[in-house]
Amino acid sequence: MQHIDHHWQRFTLSQKLARYSVYLCFTLALVFSVRTVEVIPEFFYDAPEQMMDMFSRMWPIDLEFYPTTVHGAMIETLNIATLGTLVTLIFSIPLALMNASNIVASPWVHWIARFFLVSSRSVNSLVWALLFVAIFGPGVLAGVLAIAFRSVGFVGKLLAEALEEINMGSVEALRATGAPWGAVMLKGYLPQVLPSFLSIVLFRWDINVRESAVLGLVGAGGIGVVLSDSMNLFQWEQVATSLLAIFAVVIMAEILVVNIRKRLI
Amino acid sequence: MARLKPIAADKQQNPFPRNWGLSAMWVVVAIYLVYSVDAMGLNLDRFLSGLGHADKLLGRMFPPDFSRWELLLDGLIESLEIAVISSVVGIFFSLFIGLFAARNFMPNWISSPVRAFIALCRSFHPVIIAILFVKSVGFGALAGILTLIVATIGFIAKLFAEAIEEISFKQVEAIQATGASFVSVILFSVMPQVFSRFIGFATYQFDSNLRNSTMVGIVGAGGLGGTLFSAFQRFDYDFVAAILITIIALILFWEFLSTVVRRIF
Repeated sequence: MQHIDHHWQRFTLSQKLARYSVYLCFTLALVFSVRTVEVIPEFFYDAPEQMMDMFSRMWPIDLEFYPTTVHGAMIETLNIATLGTLVTLIFSIPLALMNASNIVASPWVHWIARFFLVSSRSVNSLVWALLFVAIFGPGVLAGVLAIAFRSVGFVGKLLAEALEEINMGSVEALRATGAPWGAVMLKGYLPQVLPSFLSIVLFRWDINVRESAVLGLVGAGGIGVVLSDSMNLFQWEQVATSLLAIFAVVIMAEILVVNIRKRLI
Repeated sequence: MARLKPIAADKQQNPFPRNWGLSAMWVVVAIYLVYSVDAMGLNLDRFLSGLGHADKLLGRMFPPDFSRWELLLDGLIESLEIAVISSVVGIFFSLFIGLFAARNFMPNWISSPVRAFIALCRSFHPVIIAILFVKSVGFGALAGILTLIVATIGFIAKLFAEAIEEISFKQVEAIQATGASFVSVILFSVMPQVFSRFIGFATYQFDSNLRNSTMVGIVGAGGLGGTLFSAFQRFDYDFVAAILITIIALILFWEFLSTVVRRIF
């Protein structure tokens, strides 16, 4: 019987080297970070005590604060999230069409669209809000635009991916009949991407509800303004009311979105 | 040979029937737009006057001012440190928390409370958590690190639990049949199945932590966000532009690196 002198290895030598160099770089980055980061140890040891102190100040929750201030601000927050999600469609649908390779074939157009999508995602919604507060002044308008500009990248990218995954058969059939571009879009592409389009928009709306809750911290309207006011006045009972309201609304939005998406797909 | 009979015009089926649900949705969206614009007091005058300001703002942002690059570099390094430490610590905790939340490994009385904890970590926006940590551990990088650890647990632990729930039990049974201990079962049958997905989650979360670490500074939790916010407050818009360009470059660089890392694993 022939003796098989072969030791099985899962990875080749170069694969191993590549893996180990990733581990090495990673460990070096970690060691460097831990050694140079400026953390005051006393603050760290003190943290549990300070946190207990903060939570004890939050109790009892000031429920009377809800109908006077929090409710209106919460409605405003929901409006910012919803309107921002609708405004984002104006920008993200054309960019998604430009980014989908089965609609526009030119690589130049793809790169232009991708540039806008990536810059929208790289700038955080709070930074967008700071910019728009500088432009339009404090208020709801800045919040709506911040949400809209932040969401363009997300909706545009996912919608382009959904467009690229469709079955081209019906599109080709429509083209063969000599249908104009608009008809091909509406009757060929749209029916196929509609469920995923709606679920992307709903998903983004859910994220936007969370994000719009903090935009007020930089003056862009909504519950964040109330939160930062009561925090600056050290009214921790009122802070707790706002936090509870945000928590409840976020959970309800998530349950709503999950249920609608289940029916869509 | 049978001849094709022409179908009577009234019996012909419309191949593109009107989607009544979709039409109803458009009507609802239109009504909502009118309502929300009215409720939030948005008007065109303010928007148009804002566009004039936008022109001025952009004029002051360009050319970007990199002359205070030392300040920029300090903030950048601190952001990176926050991102690295919080990702490592957060992912380390998520491994255990995710395992405890997996319903196929743990009894219900363990997994349900752990799942509730994960949901709690996820439901607040990082900025709100950052505010609470800044109040309890003071200004600086520590608050940022703790914030992003919470955000990491909320995301990674959930996905990791789902990945564990989807594994095949054949390997697990094979290892169990050798009489291996619980830890060995986890290490040799569960981990190999979820490791590559886990790398995917980890690179994604590091990306997200990197973005967020440039933002939590706005509320005082260290990193480039603090530099950005103070530049905004002093109206140094050319420095703001420099910081924004740095953030976008950093994120694009990481996206390039993460594709390299994913190709290796």
